[in-house]
Amino acid sequence: MTPFTTVTGPAAPLIRPNIDTDVIIPIRRLTGTARETLGRWAFEPLRYCPDGSENPDFVLNQAPFRGAPILIAGANFGCGSSREGAVWALMGMGLRCVIAEGFGDIFTGNCFQNGMLPVVLPAAQLEALARQAGSGAPVTVDLAAQHVVPPVGEPMPFRTAPLRREALLEGLDELGQTRKREPEIAAWQARDRAARPWIWRDEA
Amino acid sequence: MPSTLLDKLWNPHAVADLGDGWSLLHVDRILMHDLSGWRAMEEMRERGLAVRAPALTFATPDHAVSTVPGRTGDEPGPGLRLRAGLRDGAARNGIPFFDLGQVGQGIVHVMGPEMGIVLPGATLVCGDSHTCTNGGLGALAFGIGSSELVHALATQVLRQRKPRAMRVRFEGVPGPGVTPKDLILHLIGRIGADAATGHAIEFAGAAIRAMRIEGRMTVCNMAIELGAKMGFVAPDETTFAYLAGRPFAPSGAMWDRALAHWRTLSSDADAAFDCEEVVDAAAVAPTVSWGTSPEHAIPVDAAIPRPEAAPDAERRAAWAAALDYMGLEPGRPIAGTKVDWVFIGSCTNSRIGDLRAAAEVARGRRVAPEVRAWVVPGSEAVKREAEAEGLHEVFLRAGFEWREPGCSLCVAANGERVPAGARCASTSNRNFVGRQGEGARTHLMGPAMAAAAAVTGAITDVRELAA
Repeated sequence: MTPFTTVTGPAAPLIRPNIDTDVIIPIRRLTGTARETLGRWAFEPLRYCPDGSENPDFVLNQAPFRGAPILIAGANFGCGSSREGAVWALMGMGLRCVIAEGFGDIFTGNCFQNGMLPVVLPAAQLEALARQAGSGAPVTVDLAAQHVVPPVGEPMPFRTAPLRREALLEGLDELGQTRKREPEIAAWQARDRAARPWIWRDEA
Repeated sequence: MPSTLLDKLWNPHAVADLGDGWSLLHVDRILMHDLSGWRAMEEMRERGLAVRAPALTFATPDHAVSTVPGRTGDEPGPGLRLRAGLRDGAARNGIPFFDLGQVGQGIVHVMGPEMGIVLPGATLVCGDSHTCTNGGLGALAFGIGSSELVHALATQVLRQRKPRAMRVRFEGVPGPGVTPKDLILHLIGRIGADAATGHAIEFAGAAIRAMRIEGRMTVCNMAIELGAKMGFVAPDETTFAYLAGRPFAPSGAMWDRALAHWRTLSSDADAAFDCEEVVDAAAVAPTVSWGTSPEHAIPVDAAIPRPEAAPDAERRAAWAAALDYMGLEPGRPIAGTKVDWVFIGSCTNSRIGDLRAAAEVARGRRVAPEVRAWVVPGSEAVKREAEAEGLHEVFLRAGFEWREPGCSLCVAANGERVPAGARCASTSNRNFVGRQGEGARTHLMGPAMAAAAAVTGAITDVRELAA
C-alpha cells in the first residue's frame, strides 16, 4: 500500500451532504473500465454535462483545483455502496485525502486499504477551512502530527485510530500483518469447532 | 455487567484484541456475487492466495446477470465475463456456486437466508453494503470492500472496530397498508442518512416481534441507509421456525445444540445502549421518497417539501438540487405524480411475501398504458414458489413483465436501466442520482405501493386504492 505521511496542495471545496459512491463512480464504469483508468469517471454525474463535455461549475474542473490532492466535503461523504472503485476513482484523479464532517463506514475502511486518508473535522472548522481554501491557497494534512494546517491560522487537530495511522504511515500490508497471527486464528477455530460445531459444515 | 445483543454477537468472535476498540474478528460465512466476488477471485489468483475456508464460502451471480424472461445466460453484456470469472474462481477454490436456473441462484441476500446459509449468531461478510439484510435472522452481517474481501477469504478474519450500540424500537401495531418498508423509510426520513454512522443497530419492539422474517430483512436491509454497516434483530421462535429444514441449516441433534445457543442471543433487560430511537408504528403512513437520498422520505399523503424548510443551508442546497434532478415542484402533493416505470424487486423487497402483496393489488387490474412495470423475483426459489402459487399469471394478466432473478433495476449493473428523465416507482433501497440509470428518477416505496403506482400510472396511496 502507498504510505501516507503529509500532503500539501489545493483543497477543493465540495460542500454538500450525502455524496454517495454511486455518484463518485457509476456502476457501469466499474463493470467496463480497468481499475487504473477509473479516475477519468470519478464524479461523472457532477463533472460532465449530459453531452459529455466538462461541467464548468464543478469545482474539480476549475483552474486551481484540477488535480488537487485534497477534497473538502460535506456530511456523510462516501455513503451507500461498498464499491472500492470509489476510492480507486478518487485516487485516479489525484486525490490523496478527503476532509469531511463524516464518512460512510465502509468507504472509510476502503480508504485505509488504499493509502487514502479520510479526515473528520467539526462543521465549524470545516467551513472555515473551505472558505480559506476556496482561493486555491495550499492546505497541508500531516498524519504524523494529526493536524490540518489551513492557509491562515492555527492547525486543526484530528484523530485517526492508532492501528490505521501506523499502517498508513508505514504503508503496511494488512494481510501480512494478519498472517503473523495465524496461530491465534487456528487456536480460536479449534475452540469454536468444539463450541459451535453447527457453524463448521464439515462437522454438521 | 449486562450485555447488548451486539456484545453477544461480537465478543465471542474476537480472535484477538488489537487495542483501542479494535478486534481481529472471525468471519463465519463469506458470500460472493459476480461484481465484487469476481474481482476478489481474480486478485486471489494473481497474488497466489488460497481460500482458507471454502466450505464456509458461497457464491452466486446476481448483479450483472440479465433478467430477461427465458434467459440462457449467454445474453451479451458486462455480466458474461463477471459470471464466468466468479464461476471459474469458485471452481478453482472448491466454493459452492449456484448458477442460473439452480435453486440457490439469486440476489445474494435473498439466497443466503432461504438456503439456511445465514444463521443466528454467525458473522457474515460480503462485498456488498446490503449484507446487513442478513441481520434479520440475528446474524452479525456487514458489507466490505474488495481488499477486505480478499483479506477475509485468505485469513477468515478481519480487522474491525466494534461499533457503538444503537437500538431502534418500533412499538405498536402498524395501520392497514403500512409495511416494514414504510417503517424503515419513515425512520430514515426522520433521523437522517448518517444518523447511525459508526453504530450497529438492534431493531426491537412489538412491531418487530410481530414481523415475519422477510419484513425483518427489509428493515435490516436499510440499516446501511442510516449509515450503520450492520443491523439485526434478536432471533426468536419466528426465526427458528423460518430456518428449520433449510438446506444448509443444521438438523437433528446439531439443530438442538444450535437452538440452545441461539436462545441466548438477545440483549439483557438492563443493557445500556449508546443511543436509542423509538417509533410509534401506528403513526406511520405509507412512505415514499421524493429526492436523491433515502432520507428524502415523506408520507404519501404529504406535500413535496420546499427547500426553504430545510434545517440548514447545506441541506437547502441539497434539496433544491434533488428537486431539480427529480423534476418535481415543491409544495405539490407527492401523490398523483406520474410514473413511467415500476420496479418490484431488489434485496429489499423481492421475497415471496413482497410478491404476494404486490399481486394482491395487481389482481384484476391493468398496468396503466404508458407504464412499463417489471417484477423481478429475488431468487430462483422465490420465482418457483411464486409460479407454483400462480402469482406470475396475476402479474402477466395485469400487464407486468415477469422476469428472471437478479438485482436488475435496483443497481443497473447488467445493462438493464431506467431511461434518462423517466420516473420509476421502485421497491429498492437507493434513490441516488443515476442509480437506476443515467438521469433516472427513483421513488422508493413498498411493494403494494409500487403495484398501485403501476395500475394507476401515478404515485398513489394504496389505502385509497383498496377502498
